[in-house]
Amino acid sequence: MARPFSIRHQTGFTAIAVICFAALYAPIAILVIYAFNAGTSIADWEGFSLRWFVAAWNNSQVIEVSIRSLQIAAAAAVMATIVATMAALATTRTAPYPGLTLKYAFINQPLMVPEIVTAVALLIFFSRIKVATGYSGLGYLIAAHTAFCIPFAYLPIRARLESMDLTLERAAADLYATPWQTFRRITLPLLWPGILAGLMLTFVISLDDVVITNFVKSGGQDTLPTYMLGQLRRAITPEMNAISTVFLLISVGIVTLFFFISRKRN
Amino acid sequence: MASAAELAKTRARRDVRNRWLLSAPALLIILLAATGPLLIVLVYSFLAPGAYGDVKWQFSTDAWVSVLLERDIFDDTLSIADAHLSIFWRSVKLALGTTLLTLLFGFPTAYFIATRPERMREVWLFLITIPFWTNLLIRTFAVLEIIRNEGVVNKVLLATGVVEQPVQMLFTDFAIMVGMVYVYLPLMVLPLYASMEKLDFRLIEAGYDLYATRFKVLRRIIFPLVKPGVIAGSILVFIPSLGAYVTPSILGGGKNLMLGNLIELQFGQGRNWPLGAALSITLMAVVMVALLAYVRNAGDSEVRHG
Amino acid sequence: MNWKITATAMGLALLASTGIAGAEGVLNIYNWGNYTSPDMIKKFEAANNVKVTITDYDSNDTALAKIRQGGHGFDVVVPSQNYIPIWIEEGLLLETRPDQMENFKNVAEEWKNPDFDPGRHYTVPWAMGTVGVVVNTDVYKGDINTWGIVFDTPDELKGKVNVVPEMTDVIDAAVLYNGGTKCTGDKEILKKVRDTLVAAKPNWVAMEYGTIEKMGSGDFAASSDWNGSALRQRLKNPAIRYGYPKEGFVNWSDNVAVLKDAKNVENAKLFQNFMMDPESAGMNSGFHRYANGIAGSDKFMPDDMKGAPEVEVPAEYKSLGVASQTCPPEVQELYTRIWTELQK
Repeated sequence: MARPFSIRHQTGFTAIAVICFAALYAPIAILVIYAFNAGTSIADWEGFSLRWFVAAWNNSQVIEVSIRSLQIAAAAAVMATIVATMAALATTRTAPYPGLTLKYAFINQPLMVPEIVTAVALLIFFSRIKVATGYSGLGYLIAAHTAFCIPFAYLPIRARLESMDLTLERAAADLYATPWQTFRRITLPLLWPGILAGLMLTFVISLDDVVITNFVKSGGQDTLPTYMLGQLRRAITPEMNAISTVFLLISVGIVTLFFFISRKRN
Repeated sequence: MASAAELAKTRARRDVRNRWLLSAPALLIILLAATGPLLIVLVYSFLAPGAYGDVKWQFSTDAWVSVLLERDIFDDTLSIADAHLSIFWRSVKLALGTTLLTLLFGFPTAYFIATRPERMREVWLFLITIPFWTNLLIRTFAVLEIIRNEGVVNKVLLATGVVEQPVQMLFTDFAIMVGMVYVYLPLMVLPLYASMEKLDFRLIEAGYDLYATRFKVLRRIIFPLVKPGVIAGSILVFIPSLGAYVTPSILGGGKNLMLGNLIELQFGQGRNWPLGAALSITLMAVVMVALLAYVRNAGDSEVRHG
Repeated sequence: MNWKITATAMGLALLASTGIAGAEGVLNIYNWGNYTSPDMIKKFEAANNVKVTITDYDSNDTALAKIRQGGHGFDVVVPSQNYIPIWIEEGLLLETRPDQMENFKNVAEEWKNPDFDPGRHYTVPWAMGTVGVVVNTDVYKGDINTWGIVFDTPDELKGKVNVVPEMTDVIDAAVLYNGGTKCTGDKEILKKVRDTLVAAKPNWVAMEYGTIEKMGSGDFAASSDWNGSALRQRLKNPAIRYGYPKEGFVNWSDNVAVLKDAKNVENAKLFQNFMMDPESAGMNSGFHRYANGIAGSDKFMPDDMKGAPEVEVPAEYKSLGVASQTCPPEVQELYTRIWTELQK
């Protein structure tokens, strides 16, 4: 063999890895390609066209559920990130105190329980509250989304806090800065990349949720994913591909942005 | 007069109190919109079903009995509830199969990434995570389009003459498993990569110096070293696979139910909320056992390497 | 400072999301999926200055369970006739007296006083049809006018048959197939029904609602189905035919009702009246392809519906139709248990 012996090489591993990457992207690529199909089929290619994007744009229901999805995601991401930042400040850089482990477990709990179980629990619980209070607005969905988003904001923020240098804050305290001033002028700017990461992740996570939303939603509260779930089980047209493509672009855009921000920092 | 020690103590106490206040909103939201309602599910599992869904407020263990046993419709004899057990077994089987397949594909992929030049690793890793951050529904939909009778796979098979009739892949257990492998692969690659990144290649070099074959190096040196990553990845894949709902409901065709679908069915057409609640608790219990195994494993490995 | 701008933007987004709640002139409809003409809804929205939302359900039981638990936020629901007595009895519907509405005069004579809603105090006709089978005749050339397609699947169709999982439809079909009568409590027959279903299931490929698209794409070659859905399939692929089972088939209707806890009662009543207008009913039929029970609406239907064998039951099969009705609770209970057993 002409190739020099490499201790890192394992026979066939590269091939499998290539297959994996191809397999991960091929279905998505095909889905995107057929969004531009001129025909009504999602199987036969009949030429390039933007008609399904136009159709989706003109479908008032699609626009409506998309706006609702973005609103819920924005609200849930902001709230989850704020409370997760507070919780992260309260659970890092401290000696163990009673209840600390419990807090960790509690904050990360939504990651551990199967989504369907949480969904069922919320269906039962919220329907009682809806009847008792007579309020059946978007608040329930936002609350549910905030809850399962909290760990996704908490983890990057905590990681950032733990890797942060304490000397600047100490220096500020030595210079008689109030705790609030120290937080506002020192901690927060340093923490900002972690908070931004939390915001982006929670936004994407909320935007993607199907199961919990499907069980909690009231009349006229379909989000884009629950609307798509209904459509997927009935009639699939390239319009669904077009919607998916736009949706993919949003998620991938946010995650890519996140990647480059975190890469620059390192 | 407060001594210095007492002062420090009060300050520490105040610090703890502030920390509780600071974390209160997060804890409260999770309590109200995630953890608390689980207790209600537990309560519901001990009630009687209402005529058209919901519950009657009377104590009953029927739901728990019918998780495992069923009464024959016609002669009233009790027997093992093979309806539930077969769905339970299918869920476990598919979740295990998914775990195994993701490991089979994920291990070489993680190794590939870990052996790239340092600057490129991040990029490869990013490429693995992108699909994970895109909508689960869309990814499942993409799989559906590929494996359906008129999908790309069948078209290629027909065109190359491998088969004469399209192969029925959609709406089978196979379809569910393909979907889950596709969807959960990144969850396997990430922890595997994390443990491979720290791999000490001098050990491998030593192996080759002692005339080990590539396979022997893999089996005797690499695999034991990255075992914590293997276990972590397996559990991360197994848990969501077991409770999967979206993937089986789109790719399984409503005929091949998994636990998640069985639970949903009880809250809709099945009209048996207590049974649905009992099944939910059962699912959660299985997941908790898997998680405990995970935590113990993580603890063990830290001790060993620490 | 960069983060200030971001924070402000996020704050604004938060505000925006809370502001949309109390819009005026809303109507929330809860209906079967792929069943409502978008053009007809646009017409209603324009005429009454109301924003309509439509949420899908996939079975009578799902709808009933969701509404019964309360706090659902819906105004209008479209249950099948065999469920309507349950809805009324459970106190879920508002007595809107459609019989006193302006457009009631348009309701066809035979739908003015149905058994399930005597005197039409609650409901307005939406669509009516039959439950039968669709078969792709390119795949199977034999007799399609039998439930045997589903319950004793011919070899050509094995592994290609779908069953639409509406519990009552499937069990009624199996009862008729085994020589029973609708709502029978006869345990001998029901035992046969269970055995038929359990034995037939391995030949089915799926139990899905999405027949229109999947019959068209070749994922299914046959299915139990409703007639309007069958017509939509034939218009896409002429080889797909609708069979009227010789063992008997069920005539059903779905009807528009207003919920007792509706928040937009006036709009909901407007909608009921609107659905009895021949033009709106005709537009809706042009979409879902079922008859609608409104006299004079055929003028507004597409030509391909006139004389279509799916819409107008051919004379030789007419006598085989049985009216859909509510079964006694103890029979219903048996049905549910058979259904659960089928799900394994």
